[in-house]
Amino acid sequence: MVVLQNIHKYYEVGANKLHVLKGLDMTIEQGELVSIMGSSGSGKSTLLNILGILDDYDSGTYLLNNTPMKQLSQTKAAYYRNQFIGFVFQSFNLLSFKNAMENVALPLYYQKVPRKQRNKIALEYLDRVGLKEWAEHSPNEMSGGQRQRVAIARALISKPKVILADEPTGALDTKTSEEVMEIFKEVNREEGITVIIVTHENDVAKQTQRIIKLKDGNIIS
Amino acid sequence: MFDLDKWQEIFGTIRQNKLRTFLTAFGVFWGIFMLILLLGAGRGMQNGVGQEFADEAMNSVWVWQGKTSMPYQGMKAGREIRFTNEDLKLIANDLGDKTNMIAPRNNLFGEYTMNYKNKNGSYRVFGSVGEFFKLNGEKMVKGRNLNQKDIDEKRKVVVIGEKVRKTLFGDNEAIGEYINIKGVYFKVIGIFTTNQNQGRNEERAYIPFSTLQTVFNQLNQVHMFGMNAIDGVSAYEVENTIRKVLSTKYKFDPQDRQAIWLNNNEENFARFQGLFKGIETFVWFVGIGTLIAGIVGVSNIMLIIVKERTKEIGIRKAIGATPWSIVSLILQESIFITGFSGYMGMLLSIALLDSLRFLIESTGAELPYFTRPEVDTYVAVSATLILVLAGALAGLIPALKAANIKPIEALRAD
Repeated sequence: MVVLQNIHKYYEVGANKLHVLKGLDMTIEQGELVSIMGSSGSGKSTLLNILGILDDYDSGTYLLNNTPMKQLSQTKAAYYRNQFIGFVFQSFNLLSFKNAMENVALPLYYQKVPRKQRNKIALEYLDRVGLKEWAEHSPNEMSGGQRQRVAIARALISKPKVILADEPTGALDTKTSEEVMEIFKEVNREEGITVIIVTHENDVAKQTQRIIKLKDGNIIS
Repeated sequence: MFDLDKWQEIFGTIRQNKLRTFLTAFGVFWGIFMLILLLGAGRGMQNGVGQEFADEAMNSVWVWQGKTSMPYQGMKAGREIRFTNEDLKLIANDLGDKTNMIAPRNNLFGEYTMNYKNKNGSYRVFGSVGEFFKLNGEKMVKGRNLNQKDIDEKRKVVVIGEKVRKTLFGDNEAIGEYINIKGVYFKVIGIFTTNQNQGRNEERAYIPFSTLQTVFNQLNQVHMFGMNAIDGVSAYEVENTIRKVLSTKYKFDPQDRQAIWLNNNEENFARFQGLFKGIETFVWFVGIGTLIAGIVGVSNIMLIIVKERTKEIGIRKAIGATPWSIVSLILQESIFITGFSGYMGMLLSIALLDSLRFLIESTGAELPYFTRPEVDTYVAVSATLILVLAGALAGLIPALKAANIKPIEALRAD
């Protein structure tokens, strides 16, 4: 599903070139539940950006669903993001002026699904994360755990191949962290969606099938 | 082209961001409102000054008959030059469209006693045409001016000055009554006023030119006449034409300054034209200044709004929005808000100007140097369009920028 071959990424900081990713090789099969760990500065955010087609890389090959992702136009990148990838963020990133249902339905708006239909689908996904009664509520009226579940429903609604979660439990307490992880596991188990979780919490990483450890731009295990 | 779903998205955003929407809308509304109000007030001032100086502002030329003072082609000096009806036609012909008003005027020599019932007074009597008042600045206060039918049919009608009316009629109605002038009865059809000659020019009566020529035995005589020079034509040019036509016809030296008497108010006219130009420039200066202030205000609001929406843009991009869909969403929303509120501002300010004008006209209030505030619809609409466009443009640049930044950066903007 996700194949990285000899990925290099540089950042230009003033006159210097910062070598952030130093030739990563990595393969994640369809249906895997993987966590990526590393201290800050290890390059895991950069890796996540590249995996999410939010940033380009300098050399190497990245195949997503057997399609090479290299030097895509903004429009093309947006299309692949919408088709293949669902994002879950640490800070939820819900639109506060839309209610839960509208937030979940938003990816379908960009797939040109009619309003009524996408709201109906959004309700189904809210039901899956146990928040059907909260459909009309604004994210501001919800707890952190509930907001993250709404965000997961939003990530799932476009039926992605891969879910990329950036510190999804970073802002949650232990109990709600577990609830969120349960949802990830369930999605992975029942629908075979590849889930990649970036985290620095061992408790979270342990619940995944495989841990990829990053250090100074290299994979160490 | 029309995407219902997109508009639902836009209205959703507007409904949920009431304060932001209100501030933008009010900024645009106020900009347009003030701009049009100022333009209208400026125009009111222009109209007011125009009305105040209407007499002086007419670029007119006056011609009287005289006596030659130089021998010419074997003829002695001292010949009297006498105008005829034909001269008017000749001059009108030669001037072509450089003038659009020629008004002759004859008078009865001396003052004549006019009678109405048991009242009487001595006033000067003139024969002329309706255009004469326009050239000379008299204004009708009641009834009507002389018209072409009066001239054609040689009607026995008279327009009298306000002072004549006061003496003959006092508090009684004058219009429709008959007064006796030198044994002939004339029907009063109008009353005029003028402040020329300290108001003494109101002690006059005007009857149709043709009537005077026939009834008082001045057939084919013209004592004097006046005409205008239309905008862009110099009064001196008109003078020269007249001198040329008449000197050829009556065979006098074109250099002879006493054969005919010419008078024009070109210098006066130029001064008032300058004043009008000055006011107009001032009004435009104020208008453009206000417009620029509006553009700056609206642009500022748009910049802040896009800044505020950076995170939203990041989220939308992460879940699959193309840069263009984001730019068009922001742009359409801003054009909708600015367009709508600009239109409202335009509507309200025009309504205010119109009601102000109605108030002034219906009460007959005489404000010094201020009448008929109004605004050119074309100007109002284009000002609104410019403001809306400027708002859109000001939103476009940061929106493009925001749509092109990496979503991750946008998401971490807080």
